[in-house]
Amino acid sequence: MEDILIHAKDLWCSYEEEENSVPVLRGISVDIRRGEYVAILGHNGSGKSTFAKLLNGILIPQSGELTVAGTDLASPDLTDDDIFALRRQVGMVFQNPDNQLVATIVEDDVAFGPENLGVPSAEIRRRVDEALATVGMSKYAKHEPHRLSGGQKQRVAIAGLIAMMPTCMIFDESTAMLDPAGRREVIETFEKLNKEQGITVLTITHYMSEAARADRVIVIDDGRILADGTPREIFADAERLVAAGLDVPQCTALIHALREKGVALEGEPVTLEECADLICRALEGKNG
Amino acid sequence: MKNIALGQFYPARSPIHALDARMKVILSILYIVCTFLCKNVLAFGALALSAVLLILLSRVPMRTILRAIRPILFIMLFTALINLFFTKGETLLWSQQILPFWRIDLHLEGIYSAAFMLVRIVVLILGTSIFLTYTTTPIALTDAIESLLSPLRVIHVPVHEFAMMMTIALRFIPTLSEETEKIMNAQKARGVDFSQGGLIRRAKALIPILIPLFVSAFRRADELATAMECRCYRGGKGRTKMTVSHLHFGDFTALLLVVAFGTGLILLNRYGFGFTMV
Repeated sequence: MEDILIHAKDLWCSYEEEENSVPVLRGISVDIRRGEYVAILGHNGSGKSTFAKLLNGILIPQSGELTVAGTDLASPDLTDDDIFALRRQVGMVFQNPDNQLVATIVEDDVAFGPENLGVPSAEIRRRVDEALATVGMSKYAKHEPHRLSGGQKQRVAIAGLIAMMPTCMIFDESTAMLDPAGRREVIETFEKLNKEQGITVLTITHYMSEAARADRVIVIDDGRILADGTPREIFADAERLVAAGLDVPQCTALIHALREKGVALEGEPVTLEECADLICRALEGKNG
Repeated sequence: MKNIALGQFYPARSPIHALDARMKVILSILYIVCTFLCKNVLAFGALALSAVLLILLSRVPMRTILRAIRPILFIMLFTALINLFFTKGETLLWSQQILPFWRIDLHLEGIYSAAFMLVRIVVLILGTSIFLTYTTTPIALTDAIESLLSPLRVIHVPVHEFAMMMTIALRFIPTLSEETEKIMNAQKARGVDFSQGGLIRRAKALIPILIPLFVSAFRRADELATAMECRCYRGGKGRTKMTVSHLHFGDFTALLLVVAFGTGLILLNRYGFGFTMV
């Protein structure tokens, strides 16, 4: 049990303010181990963001079990200190890069988290330099955030979390407002953190190509888990994804379309390269 | 819009730039006191000289300095005229009956008085701009004020919260000004004309800019608050700082110099000639 970071069982959640509100999450059960790289897929309003907000105490579940990094979030006597302790371990990067940077200078912003934790000054300095180096933003330490590109701002936000030394990072549609170059920067940064530092990464997205890179994909539809497995398993069942209001990745769609036309193709490619390889081999087989 | 300048900070390497921001706040207060210590020609002369010295020391170009004076030109002119004609003295230089019930007198003391007031106002503005706005970044100034006011925490003044609000305001000025531009362009695309019509019509044209801007600002504030909480922010309690600034030898030297200057002014007041202000 030690390596289970997130344990959820029959989780229900609705927004309290609205009377007679329809529950957003209806019985989510999932276990996520330490060091996993998980993509959570779902269309707008599926409940994927609500699920993310439960994981670091922004929202509180109505019923069910939820334990994150040893903190029981469904417990009725949850204190502010418990949530504080949880947030040291579980960091979150949001969608809009502008609305999460606090300071007027990049390195001051990265220092914000550790400053809140009461880390000694010299140690903060060391962590800030290290975090900026990890995300490749050392050059911009003295810059003003508003002069950076969207991808760079998100990398600063990630550095701000690294400096707090969390065990898990949640990316709540953090690439949605970025251009393709910025999106690649951010994805490469968190993949590096996952591989090199063993940080558990949860990325919430509606981009198929992004989900395809993860080790595990969880599809949420209408507040329930629709599918849970490797990208290969998930994208093999194209009909189910379409039913959930999602698109299959373009390459998967292409292979499926070719098969329908009677082209014999074996395997389930997920990435662009795999897809290209498969088609090349099929063409060679035809000609040879 | 991306190059919007925060405050009027002029980046340069100078002895005044190098001073600790907290010390600069104290020095500018002391300097203001100095301008009020002067009573005669010698003292005001020394004060004017000190201002010139400060400008040279700060390495801020004269053109930038003059920009600080421009907004107060009217006040200067007004004060000078009032002092010139309404100061009563012993030496009457010129007198003119304008209306049967209104006569203008010009005394020698009036000329002195007007000149003194002009020097005082100009030096007051220059001194504070050089110590604070031109050589200190707004963020350093905010930190300095937080640090200097921190004793007030004992009587429950939310000093840290105030400083945090200032910092966030500074952080969001460029973001919101960019947003304003975007909204204006969006409204222009829908045919709103901001440059035509009288004052009232132009003011009315601002409403479709202000409403979306406010809505967006509130949304941003809400998201920022959540993001800050997620980064373990819970007020000033138990918080440390990455950069802890220390006062150096230079800071104390500057303090000593300003105090010595003030004492010098008091002494000069005794050896004056001509008009002495009360």
